[in-house]
Amino acid sequence: MEDLFGIPAPLLFGQLLLGLINGAFYAMLSLGLAVIFGLLNIVNMAHGALFMMGAFVAWLLLDKLGLGYWWALLLSPFIVGAFGVVLEKLFISRLYKLDHLYGLLLTFGLALVIEGVFRNEFGSSGLPYRIPPELAGSWDLDFMFLPIYRAWVVVFALVACLATWLVIEKTRLGAYLRAATENAPLVQAFGVNVPRMVTLTYGAGVALAALGGVLAAPIYSVNPQMGSNLIIVVFAVVVIGGMGSILGAVLTGFGLGIVEGMTKVFYPEASATVIFVIMVIVLLARPAGLFGRA
Amino acid sequence: MPVTRRSLIAAAGIGATASQSVPRLSRAQAANTIRIGVLNDQSGLYRDVNGPGSVVCVRQAVADSGLAARGISVEVVVGDHQNRPDVGSNIVRQWLDRDGVDLILDVPTSSVALAVNSIVREKNKVHMNSSGATSDLTGAQCSPNTVHWTYDTYMLAKSTGGAMVKAGGDTWFFLTADYAFGHALERDTTNFVRASGGRVLGAVRTPFPGNADFSSFLVQAQASRAKVVGLANAGGDTINCVKQAAEFGLARRGVKLAGLLVFISDVHSLGLQTAQGLVITETFYWDLNDRTRAFTARVVPNMPNGLRPGMGQAGCYGAVMHYLKAVADMGVAAAKASGTEAVSRMKAMPCDDDAFGPGTIRADGRKLHPAYLLEVKAPAESRGPWDYYKLVATTSGEEAFRPLGEGGCSLVRS
Repeated sequence: MEDLFGIPAPLLFGQLLLGLINGAFYAMLSLGLAVIFGLLNIVNMAHGALFMMGAFVAWLLLDKLGLGYWWALLLSPFIVGAFGVVLEKLFISRLYKLDHLYGLLLTFGLALVIEGVFRNEFGSSGLPYRIPPELAGSWDLDFMFLPIYRAWVVVFALVACLATWLVIEKTRLGAYLRAATENAPLVQAFGVNVPRMVTLTYGAGVALAALGGVLAAPIYSVNPQMGSNLIIVVFAVVVIGGMGSILGAVLTGFGLGIVEGMTKVFYPEASATVIFVIMVIVLLARPAGLFGRA
Repeated sequence: MPVTRRSLIAAAGIGATASQSVPRLSRAQAANTIRIGVLNDQSGLYRDVNGPGSVVCVRQAVADSGLAARGISVEVVVGDHQNRPDVGSNIVRQWLDRDGVDLILDVPTSSVALAVNSIVREKNKVHMNSSGATSDLTGAQCSPNTVHWTYDTYMLAKSTGGAMVKAGGDTWFFLTADYAFGHALERDTTNFVRASGGRVLGAVRTPFPGNADFSSFLVQAQASRAKVVGLANAGGDTINCVKQAAEFGLARRGVKLAGLLVFISDVHSLGLQTAQGLVITETFYWDLNDRTRAFTARVVPNMPNGLRPGMGQAGCYGAVMHYLKAVADMGVAAAKASGTEAVSRMKAMPCDDDAFGPGTIRADGRKLHPAYLLEVKAPAESRGPWDYYKLVATTSGEEAFRPLGEGGCSLVRS
């Protein structure tokens, strides 16, 4: 067996793959954040709570209505996305003219409220959610057992990220979005309903978070704090990639997943902090982020 | 944003409800009132294993003690330490210095428990620990003001660890929560594994709190070729480990999981399908005997989220029952005046409550009661809601816990 850096090569490959899987979650969540920040100028601290809601809605659909994983994958983003639209209409839309800080505080407060409500209702230890039978089991790659479900997560996340990127970069709707980001009054003058577009963009960003939540439900314990564990890391990912940069968010998400995975092999104690160390270095060297435009 | 009068009033209202202050009593009232401060995790990953459920059990103990009929009133205040030693220490200082709290109860999260332990000693009050695990509370850091009630890392390590080695699991790899509790549990279990001829092949320290993905660590454990993966963690961490171990097929490769601290709410959350076959140790299970069932029937209507009490919460019941018995015996004034006196009185009296049955408190503050080695049932074996465990073995209190002379406690004369 060959060794790389004192670690058996098979173990290293396994860890690379696992890092990629975690990176898939980072990429999906930071993508939603980047879209929302790009168009709304809102630092959406409620993103983690909405991710958690996505997982809980999947559980509720199964427990109350008997609708399984595939229905949840379809319905949960719609339901949580609709909730996001309500949030945007009721609260967030009032803050567009103010400093970023107000949006951050408001969404942070909303996250605490949403988490508190779920904790009160469902407790903290979480709810069981099984891997769908179609994706259960694992492949015996030579160097590790790869659960089929984890492979599915990576593929699905890649497709979702690619689709979002295509919509924003290659379609007419995406062109409107990007134009509105640059100069909203001008786009409005051309007859585009900008406020509605903004609302729907927030809804779409939230739906992406919920989609991540459904993907996470069979892997992690479905509990109220599952989002807050992730959100700070995801913010670091967005900052490193460059606020508002779609491609940056996706690439950095996958990349940092791998960096974190490697840290778990070489120095596990630091695996919770390594991303923040990178964030500090990137901010010092390139304040606009790796893919951002200053 | 302009600050209006209304928003100011609203903010003040929120501030008032959020602070942990206690209403002031007149001097005559205060002299005959015992105050119990329940300090635990009300909002994080350990909420279901202690949290509001502990408070329900404390209130039940106050009702069952019958002190009200004798003119002694007991007040219960609650604090959320968020698993952070600084937050816990601040709350305890405020309770002891300003609010006249006499007993600090529960205190899960060993890092917080150790911080609280020294403050309570300094102020000469009483610390009865139920949900904290580190065996240092009755060892190197033992205190004449402390009783450690429900379980500790030594007992868990000996019971679960010893049983696993006996069943042929002689090579171990640890996943350890990176703080005082995880380190103590890993250390104590390692000692037992080595003493019974086993070997420890490796360990990873996993970040705490806030880590949800254990797959990388599980794959490392698998690569070590150890027969047993020891989970030196608790609550949400254990749940994620067990769930992901099933996903990565550890069992199919013949690797056994040793959940060194597992609560019934964890099993409930995992579901029997995933948790079946886990061998664990508890000192309380609701369905052990008529007394535990009667106790459970009394508290269940008030338990949050439809939970059954676990051992940490039941420990709060037992501890308060015994404390209030001592208070009734020595008088409120004497109990309030000196924490060490109250603890010595508790050590001198035999314990007996519905949750734990008869027991004693040792010179080092260790409460002795039997430990139960349990196995999680398969879904087909479970006859009803919360019917989760099969009793494998019962160990007496004297056998289950660390021998008095071995803890290095300064209160014990050798």
